Amino acid sequence: MLSEEKKRLLVDKVKSAFRDDIIKTIVFRDEVTHIVEKTAIKNLCNFLQNDPELQMNYLVDVAGVDYYEERPRFEVVYHLYSTSKKHRIRLRVKLNDGESIASVTDFWRGANFPEREAFDMFGIVFDGHPNLKRIYLPHDWEGHPLRKDYPLRGYKDRYNPFGEER
Amino acid sequence: MAKDKNFIETKELTIHMGPQHPSAHGVLHLLLEVQGEKILSAEPDIGYLHRGTEKIAENLLYHQFVPYTDRLDYMCAMSNNLAYVSAVEKLLSIEIPERAKYIRVIAAELSRIAGHLIGVGAWAVDLGAMSVFLYSIREREMVLDIFETLCGARMTHSYLRVGGLRYDFTEDCVEQCRHLIGLLPERIDEYETILTGNRIWLDRNKGVGVISAEDAIALGLSGPALRGSGVNWDIRKDEPYLVYDRMDFDVVTGENGDCFDRYMVRIGEIRQSVRIVEQVLNDMPAGPFAVDMPELVPPEKPAVYKNMENLIHHFKYVSQGFKVPKGEVYAAIEAPKGELGVYIVSDGTEKPYRVKLRVPTFMNLQTMNHICKGGYMADVIASLSSLDPVFGECDK
Repeated sequence: MLSEEKKRLLVDKVKSAFRDDIIKTIVFRDEVTHIVEKTAIKNLCNFLQNDPELQMNYLVDVAGVDYYEERPRFEVVYHLYSTSKKHRIRLRVKLNDGESIASVTDFWRGANFPEREAFDMFGIVFDGHPNLKRIYLPHDWEGHPLRKDYPLRGYKDRYNPFGEER
Repeated sequence: MAKDKNFIETKELTIHMGPQHPSAHGVLHLLLEVQGEKILSAEPDIGYLHRGTEKIAENLLYHQFVPYTDRLDYMCAMSNNLAYVSAVEKLLSIEIPERAKYIRVIAAELSRIAGHLIGVGAWAVDLGAMSVFLYSIREREMVLDIFETLCGARMTHSYLRVGGLRYDFTEDCVEQCRHLIGLLPERIDEYETILTGNRIWLDRNKGVGVISAEDAIALGLSGPALRGSGVNWDIRKDEPYLVYDRMDFDVVTGENGDCFDRYMVRIGEIRQSVRIVEQVLNDMPAGPFAVDMPELVPPEKPAVYKNMENLIHHFKYVSQGFKVPKGEVYAAIEAPKGELGVYIVSDGTEKPYRVKLRVPTFMNLQTMNHICKGGYMADVIASLSSLDPVFGECDK
């Protein structure tokens, strides 16, 4: 169970500080998720990192998700952890296709690789990223494979006879 | 400066180390900017082993993805199984039987021993100490033999399944484990006599690849490499999963954050794993090793051949899978390389909508530039080995 203390900190405190920017808060399987406005991400990260009670000093991961049928279509998911306070929080930001979001590399330098991965796999652009280029795929690759409209076996070309026709 | 006759003029060079390099632990391509022997910057170029595991996961049933997790960090496949199945179980909100929890702890700790043995061994061979590699492979072989008795496979086990385990932990396994834990402490003493006091080993690792705790946390380092910098963070202690809260073990940390401390942390962790395995063997209760939920657990294979109901059950399990409630979870475990997390978004069907693998090697490699910069060319190998990267995991 999520303890009262953690609930106060991770849910109530964050909500009261960012009343207008948090669209929804979900507690599922003892994990706290805040769905946040895109414009607030930098302020919120700054708050989570520097607040003495929260101290979210460790960026666990940045992930992209493609909700193909929904509008806005994309979502960027941040997992944060505090190595001193031992608690976790998740932030979700919704994005339309072609929209960009502020990079959090200013707060956690470790966001460099996972943001590049989200760019590579979903085509999500992170403004202010120091080195935003593909990380897994070759630099001249076309398309973003983890998008739901990208075929499982890729597109047909001379190297890939099993792919789908474009 | 160039007028000074004793000063040899050098200019910046870019050296490509890898992707086929015997010391790169796989297909790592490092772009090194060098000035003479000094490293100006090191940029990892990864992705040579990218297989699109996350895309594959979205197109498979939940239970079909377990064998793919074996192929992430193939040096310690059990840990990957554990991270994935605990995420699915968290989503399903099921509690596995006590015995299964204990067996999972053994499986995870044995694979940590196997992973650290190859990590330390490969590191030693990279720095020229061939014998340690041969010894550690010999001991790793014993661990793999236990796995073979346990599930029939040595490297890619798929032993941990959603809802429990595939096979029971037999008396043979207990005996083999007892043999291993009796032998391992003195074998590790042996490695330590070869390495820990060795002048060459000390020269090549002490003060090399230093990273402070603040930098390491900012760059996303985790696992033994982070503990080498003195950060006392172990998910087994801080957010105990399975039965780690009942185990008596210490979190090994270093002080200086150099390669030597990272080596000492790994050696210490093997010793602690031996302690945990011993406690689990003593405390393991009897009982079922998987939940009693037919939709999650397939029947035993021999029964499928003899009994019509079991055949139908097997068929339904394999072809339909099971539905998982709508929602999202993140489950993290302390894998041998660091925090291994699985983030699953479920839309309520039999297939995951999105699986994101948070793999430690990928995040740890971000520190390469920091720990190599300003050092010498020859130290790049030691620094890289001290992170113990595995590219099946890094490239997904």
